[in-house]
Amino acid sequence: MELLLPSLGLIVWTLLAFLVVVFVLKKFAWTAIIKGLDDREAKIAESISSAEKVKLEMAQLKSENETLLAQAREERAVMLKEAKQTKDKIINEAREEAKAQAAKIIADAQLAINNQKMAAMVDIKNEVGHMVVEVSEKILRRELNNKSEQESYIRQLTNEIKLN
Amino acid sequence: MGKKCFKSLLVAVFCLFLGFSAWAGGESGKTEKLDPAGIIMDHIKDAHEFHFFDVGNFHAVVPLPIIVYSPGKGFSVFSSSRFEHGHAAYEGYELKEGKIVSTDGSKVYDISLTRNVVQMILALTVLVLLFTGIAKKYKQGIGVTTAPKGWQNALEPVITFIRDEVAKPNLGAKANKYLPYLLTLFFFILINALFALLPGSANVTGNIAFTFVLGIISLVVILFSSNAHFWGHIFWPPGVPFLVKLILIPIELAGILIIKPGALIIRLFANMVAGHIIILSFISLIFIFAEMNTVAGVGFSPISVLFTAFMFLIELLVAFIQAFIFTILTAVFIGQAFEGSHDDVDGHADAIII
Repeated sequence: MELLLPSLGLIVWTLLAFLVVVFVLKKFAWTAIIKGLDDREAKIAESISSAEKVKLEMAQLKSENETLLAQAREERAVMLKEAKQTKDKIINEAREEAKAQAAKIIADAQLAINNQKMAAMVDIKNEVGHMVVEVSEKILRRELNNKSEQESYIRQLTNEIKLN
Repeated sequence: MGKKCFKSLLVAVFCLFLGFSAWAGGESGKTEKLDPAGIIMDHIKDAHEFHFFDVGNFHAVVPLPIIVYSPGKGFSVFSSSRFEHGHAAYEGYELKEGKIVSTDGSKVYDISLTRNVVQMILALTVLVLLFTGIAKKYKQGIGVTTAPKGWQNALEPVITFIRDEVAKPNLGAKANKYLPYLLTLFFFILINALFALLPGSANVTGNIAFTFVLGIISLVVILFSSNAHFWGHIFWPPGVPFLVKLILIPIELAGILIIKPGALIIRLFANMVAGHIIILSFISLIFIFAEMNTVAGVGFSPISVLFTAFMFLIELLVAFIQAFIFTILTAVFIGQAFEGSHDDVDGHADAIII
């Protein structure tokens, strides 16, 4: 039965101890501990949310990069195509021009050759004419003297011509 | 595994030690019969000295200061060794069956530093040092910006448990206001219960005066937290016929003022005392058997030690559970006291009513 009767001394001391401990711990421990824990929780939550944000930003950046890359690739392809077209065009043009040039040169050369040829022909004609005139002159002169002599003379003349 | 073995060994040694002291108690009067009930009660009750064991004529006793007040003589302070274990009177006081009485029969107010008080002060010193220590670490930023260290790791989960599982669900927005009180309450009970498990120590949490004070403090906190809505429900329960109201009012009032704190007081007290009595009974069994036959005593001791070790582990669990139950019930009662006011947010609808 004595076990169930609270003793005055212990009541007084327990009350005192509890009040002192509540006061001391509240002042020197709980406030700091709870604040520390709250701060840490806030910090962790913030870190997680900021990490999440960064992740999102990274994903956005990545997709942006990808579209940019695709665009660049497309542009490059277009540029390459254009360059090729330009190249072909230039080559074709050059070829045409060269062809025309060559044709012109050839034509000129042919013209020159023809002219030369004509000049040479005229010269030859003149020369032949002269020769014919000379020979005819000489023949005509001999005819008048002797028939046989005439013939031998012609022969002689022809030989001379051959020598020429 | 080795650590575990070591721990079990320690527990066994402690048990033997307890048993030894019990045996010593029994041995002191060689001729008198073994009185297990008396020995157990001596261990459970408060005393004016720490009595560890006796070997022959050597008494391992730490005397404690006696502080008494009587209206006629005022305060007297002296060592309990003056009483010579109840054989002598000093300054007009004497020790009768563990109680200080005045030799002339006048009224005595005993506020001595008994072993419960001394042990409680020791435990609380440890508690305060422990928590101010970790508070300092938090102030330095350890555990805030870096990982927690040392005791922080052990105590932090308990603190957050009390905050998140006890305070917040029951008190809602006001949780932070009551958190220092609830945390102190929990650790106050826990550390005293753990200290009381040390062999040779006093049974602080198993003393009704200790639990009485905690219960009364809870009652005061509950009453100070109450609002008009709460009292309205007690003095004029809505939706009940008039005659039933007349019956309900005293019941409700008794529930608030007596039953709730009374349940807290008796639950903690009974749990702690029961555990200690069981442990001491198992130890006493050895000596009861030994009194019949030495071989029986020796033969039974391993079984007894095994049961005692088991009970020690249960008691360790009970220390935590009872501290938790006392705290959560206090939180629930406080929550009920200001339930229905408009500034609390949520979490009261599901409050358990015990």
